[in-house]
Amino acid sequence: MMQVEGKCELFEAGHRACAGCGPALAARLILKAAGENTIVVASTGCMEVFSTPYPETAWGVPWIHSLFENAAAVASGIEAAIKQQGRSEKVICVCGDGATFDIGMLCISGAFERNHDITYICYDNEAYMNTGIQRSGATPLDASTTTSPAGKCSLGNKRPKKDLPRILAAHGAPYVATASISYPADFVKKVERAINTPGACYIQVHAPCCTGWGFDPGQTIAIGKLAIETGLWVNYEMVDGVVAKAKKVRRKPVEEYLKAQKRFQHLFKPTPKTEEIAKIQAMADANATAYNIDIKLKQERQ
Amino acid sequence: MLKITEGSYAVAEAVKLCRPQVIAAYPITPQTHIVEALAEMVANCEIDGEYITVESEFSALSACLGASAAGSRAYSATTSQGLALMFEVCFNMAGLRLPMVMTIANRALGAPLSIWNDHQDTISLRDSGWFQLYAEDNQEATDLHFIAYKVSEDHNVLLPGMVCFDGFILSHTYEPVDMPVQEEVDGYLPPFTPYHRLDAGDPISMGMYATPEYYMEFRYQIQQAMEQAGKTLVAAGKEFSEHFGRDYGSLVEGYRLDGADTALIAMGSVCGTIKDAVDEMRDAGRKVGLLKLRAFRPFPEREIVAALNNVNTVAVLDKNISLGNSGAAGTEVKAALAGSGITVLDYVIGLGGRDVRKRDIARVVDLAEKGEGDMFYGLRTEVL
Repeated sequence: MMQVEGKCELFEAGHRACAGCGPALAARLILKAAGENTIVVASTGCMEVFSTPYPETAWGVPWIHSLFENAAAVASGIEAAIKQQGRSEKVICVCGDGATFDIGMLCISGAFERNHDITYICYDNEAYMNTGIQRSGATPLDASTTTSPAGKCSLGNKRPKKDLPRILAAHGAPYVATASISYPADFVKKVERAINTPGACYIQVHAPCCTGWGFDPGQTIAIGKLAIETGLWVNYEMVDGVVAKAKKVRRKPVEEYLKAQKRFQHLFKPTPKTEEIAKIQAMADANATAYNIDIKLKQERQ
Repeated sequence: MLKITEGSYAVAEAVKLCRPQVIAAYPITPQTHIVEALAEMVANCEIDGEYITVESEFSALSACLGASAAGSRAYSATTSQGLALMFEVCFNMAGLRLPMVMTIANRALGAPLSIWNDHQDTISLRDSGWFQLYAEDNQEATDLHFIAYKVSEDHNVLLPGMVCFDGFILSHTYEPVDMPVQEEVDGYLPPFTPYHRLDAGDPISMGMYATPEYYMEFRYQIQQAMEQAGKTLVAAGKEFSEHFGRDYGSLVEGYRLDGADTALIAMGSVCGTIKDAVDEMRDAGRKVGLLKLRAFRPFPEREIVAALNNVNTVAVLDKNISLGNSGAAGTEVKAALAGSGITVLDYVIGLGGRDVRKRDIARVVDLAEKGEGDMFYGLRTEVL
């Protein structure tokens, strides 16, 4: 946190997020990066509920929530209005993965095609957490949720995560990035870059949810790091649709990430599902190849 | 100056004179020429505003919501299915107390698919917190836009409003319209001064979540604002007549009600047909009059009671049906006149563009005077 400590605090303490909430940390970092000259558009979800129980608000910048699925369209109207009025505020959507990957896709696609000067940040905790941990299009393969429960005939969520950053890059977004709350300086830098890039930019920030994923609230940062270190989450930037930079790691086996969370416990108990774990390992390997994230030792290079 | 123009173009011209700052609209499902005309005006810098070509009506209204929240005068137009797609945003915008005006060219809802006129689209949104005005002709449709913006943005109201005019019957029909000039409109409608707006200089949170301890009071305040909208509409209508000479100083308009035994009640363009039918019936010695509802929300209950004090029978023409009950206006007029001794009968008529002619009006009056009503009027016999 050293590099970002000096910046102003615009997301107030005292909100009602769970202890160890990844999205709350994301909100704090977004405002540290964006500063006061910002308008935040929220979707319905965990963050909206825990940060604005009337008559209290945690937001030190102008903030609006309309519906679950329309943040990108509301932001389009705000951006048009402030442009017409000759104002300078930056418009940032801060929305969960359900609002982004699923129900809000239409509005997001429209806003990105029109290339409004907005930054859309998805805090990705990989399921609908506010309503009781139901799967979304961002839920990873085999994660057990209340609507994709592991059971005698089920290994949990049946499909891998939708590749939304590439979908939005394909809309012509000038800047698309993935980030993690476990790497705050990197996240803050990416938010700064996005808001200062004209046009519709997208950031997807991995925000572990201790309640939904099933880990100790003290482990939020560690879990986020493990996602990166196993290659299951890759932090990268895409400029004009081309991957410009990806974080390199000395990769750990995916079991280390999976074992640490209750949502994947059925892969290990009562008996290890070796074949299934191998599938997830293959996804991490594919990520490593696609984004060239493996740090290679000197002798390996020779 | 009188100009022969299509209803859609007259409305577009009126909207331009209101100086909209952000327009968002979706072309089909279906739309009218209004948004095409406005796009051309923006393209030619006749409107100093942003035009957002959204990917759905849902986004059109969401973008207007954002623009209004940021302090800009917002506008959209839609009809039938498009309005249905806006349903969720309509309630939200009223709850957020964000002003704007939207034109609805009233059309039927599917299925079966129909592109023709009735009032089912807007009637289905009567509980959304938008005030609703219905125009009889294109002059009234034009004028109601100036009034609607003035009322919507009034700090004692702060509710969005719909100006409803009949799809095709008005929207695609050429009529003479007296179009005011910009200076006249500027003298009547001041620039939008938001009560609150999203502004980094004065950060506020809008659209927070309310527990059961707080929610009801918000709804109560919207209801109060709607009641205030009725008063402000009257005041703004009177002020309009001082500026432009056309009188909209009441939420209802009586036509030949003096000495009437039977009164018809209706909304929209059918009122023009009814007026002609009433003239013919009066010439034939029948004591018939019309009460036109210009506002359906807020519902002009007091005005209805006062206007119909001396009639025996009321026949309500509803271009909508609350399936499982009856026409919406009929239900509400019955409630308004409960205990008065007046017989109120409802006629669901003209759905999906079915033509309503003078002789249909005369037949409705015949039926009402025989005490026959609360029915669909003019059905094909094979379904009976």
